[in-house]
Amino acid sequence: MLGYVARRLLAAVPIALGVSVVCFALVHLAPGDPVQTLLPPDADAATVARLRELYGLDRPLPVQYAAWLGRVLAGDLGRSIATGRPVAEEIRRSLGNTVLLAGLSVLLAFSLAFVLGTVAGRWRGGWLDRLVTGVAVLGVSVPNYWLGIVLVIVFAVELMALPASGMAGDAFDPTSWDHLRHLVLPVVTLSMIPVGIIARTTRSAVSEAMNQEYVTTLRANGLPEWRVLRHVLKNAMPPVLAVMGLQFGTLMGGSILVETVFSWPGSGFLLSKAILARDVPVLQGTILVLAMIFVVTNLTVDLVQSSLDPRIRRA
Amino acid sequence: MTLRRAVLALALLASGALPPPARAQEQVLRVAMTAGDIPSTAGIPDQGFEGWRFVGYSLYDALVSWDLSRADRVADIKPGLATEWRIDPANNRRWIFTLRQGVTFHDGSPFTADDVLWNFARFTQEGARQFNARQFAFARAYLGNYESIEKIDDHTVAIITKQPDSLLPYNMSFLMLVSPRRSAEVGDDADAFARNPSGTGPYRFSRMVPGERLELVRNPDYWDRARVPRHDRLVLLPMPEASTRTASLLSGQVDFIEAPAPDAIPRLRSSRMQVVTNAYPHNWAYQLNFVDGPFADIRVRRAANHALNRADFTEMLGGVALEGFTNMPPGTAYYGSPRRYEFDQARARALLREAGCTPCRVTLAISTSGSGQMQPLPMNELVKAQLEAVGFQVTFQVMDWNALLQVGRDGREKHPGIHGINISRSLQDPFNGMLRFVWSAQAAPRGSNWGHYRSAEMDALIDRALGEFDDARRLALLTQIHEKMSEDAVMLWVAHDLNPRALSPRVRGFVQAQSWFQDLTPITLAPR
Repeated sequence: MLGYVARRLLAAVPIALGVSVVCFALVHLAPGDPVQTLLPPDADAATVARLRELYGLDRPLPVQYAAWLGRVLAGDLGRSIATGRPVAEEIRRSLGNTVLLAGLSVLLAFSLAFVLGTVAGRWRGGWLDRLVTGVAVLGVSVPNYWLGIVLVIVFAVELMALPASGMAGDAFDPTSWDHLRHLVLPVVTLSMIPVGIIARTTRSAVSEAMNQEYVTTLRANGLPEWRVLRHVLKNAMPPVLAVMGLQFGTLMGGSILVETVFSWPGSGFLLSKAILARDVPVLQGTILVLAMIFVVTNLTVDLVQSSLDPRIRRA
Repeated sequence: MTLRRAVLALALLASGALPPPARAQEQVLRVAMTAGDIPSTAGIPDQGFEGWRFVGYSLYDALVSWDLSRADRVADIKPGLATEWRIDPANNRRWIFTLRQGVTFHDGSPFTADDVLWNFARFTQEGARQFNARQFAFARAYLGNYESIEKIDDHTVAIITKQPDSLLPYNMSFLMLVSPRRSAEVGDDADAFARNPSGTGPYRFSRMVPGERLELVRNPDYWDRARVPRHDRLVLLPMPEASTRTASLLSGQVDFIEAPAPDAIPRLRSSRMQVVTNAYPHNWAYQLNFVDGPFADIRVRRAANHALNRADFTEMLGGVALEGFTNMPPGTAYYGSPRRYEFDQARARALLREAGCTPCRVTLAISTSGSGQMQPLPMNELVKAQLEAVGFQVTFQVMDWNALLQVGRDGREKHPGIHGINISRSLQDPFNGMLRFVWSAQAAPRGSNWGHYRSAEMDALIDRALGEFDDARRLALLTQIHEKMSEDAVMLWVAHDLNPRALSPRVRGFVQAQSWFQDLTPITLAPR
């Protein structure tokens, strides 16, 4: 098992390298550079050239990449070109805000979707199933930034019950009602898509498991229905877990759209700013960290899956 | 008995023994900006003119300031940390600035000529301890003609320019002066300074959450007594999404928002919000290519200008724009009586036929969004429809803001296939408003003359204006320049933004100046 974990972690190295090369190349393929939006719109070309030189943006791409990689290996993600602040600090702060948002959305989405999906799968074809399927399709299909705007109009503008934007302060304080209020709308908005996806996966996994012969055997042995369901759920878990893991990774990446709608200073918001400003150090650093979160999440899911289902043998 | 009580009460009052009246609740003004992040607090701000508007001129002053107290005319410069300036009678490249006395930085240190020299070293001298690459880059846009600075005495400095430059005082208004003492305290590290800045401005720094909020408090010792803020605290929040700003105002989270979307304005009005607009020196237009393609012919440029029905644009924008017939909005001191390109499709068609450009194929570079670009996509679609109605065939090259700025800086040489660029421009002073677009010395990539417009007559007018230190005579020359720009149809003019802002009904005392900058200090807030 330990050897397996070590191998998987080692495999993350080429992934990280690949992700960073692709990201670096994409940013430089796009026209424009960080200096364009940094300077006042009226700056002349000589100033642009001088600043590009000061930031080392005039050097050949492979040299720039190698310099960046060298610093990262030494544990330094560099400084943001747009704000001058250390990239690590920018990522830590925004990722913290996103983890808070995503963590709560994950909790809400996973628990809600699991219950909904199980109910739908167990009573497949019934009115409950149709209702849940309807909700799931709606959750996946409705663009979440649109839903966010509608929720803001209803709850912030019309009812004035909840705040429309921001997070009320720098450090989250779970005992502060004001801080909690700021979380409600973005968390609900962000959880809609994963609710839809996970509910559908759970439903099909449960209903498939319900058709297995061992269910008939369990029932024939006179097991009460809730205990039958427990066995079914255990068998239905692996695909559900895999999907949950992917959703968790996606949410951690932050939603550019949802965070922008709610002015939530998370990693999605940070990424969108960095893209528009061509802030290469921030982009590279953030994408690298997010890629690693994906790798670790997938690994964790695989480990949990294999512990739940011994048939999944890891050589 | 009653008398004794009265005497006793008076005595108590006099001795201060009566409890003071309960301290009024802190007045907080919360502003939602369009910027995606808090503008830099390290001196000269980033995030475009919004950075100067809310952070630069709040924390700091420059030698020259802007008079933002009136709404009825285009704002002009006024004394700031310098009380007066004049050209050296013996040398027309040497400006002499007399500094204001009795000014102190927020950290208590006095402001003197040495501080001005120290700040100029921060902008320009790469070897200096306090030199900062970002401040250098920001300052350089305003120091293109700067040669050196010298101290005459503790309260007088002289600035020497490379060429005679009658417009130099305008450039000085963008150079924020910071406290050398505070900078020394943080080891001359501009990033550390930005976390605890000290200037001379009407607000002092209170706290900052990067990416989320900046809080400033009233500077009760501000040197301009008329501009000591009337509220206690100013909270600046970055909110790039227009609908988020609108919702935040409607739900009472903020008191003042920049640029609500035009279609949200009726909704804001119906909720008793104050929607304010005013002309300001902004130009939504296309700079044209004078070398490659059809716009090299003046008849084609005039045809395009006659093809636009500008009233349709203001209608589409819900009335928050002025029709743009010329480079400067009317109300500018050097507006003059320029040729006016009225909507006249027959004339436009005739001009195109005369020029032999049928169909007249043009390619325009446009952006999907960007600072000052208003509603770029629907506006460009309308331009295309109206141009094509008279015989143009318009192709768009759509790009993001950053890429369009790059095309703008490169100039036409690198992009011969592009015949016009849609970068909306700020026109806050004669150089930025006119000269840089039509001066051959400013041909891109050196400057903002993107399409390489060249006219010996125009160059001569510009040389004379820059060398003319008499205000009235210079004004006459600038007026001629503006009129000639229209005569030569140097751009395709469309609209001037009216810069809508929305304020909660609690906000009192705001005067919207005809400027990119605004003065928030007179604002008070009525109790909830």
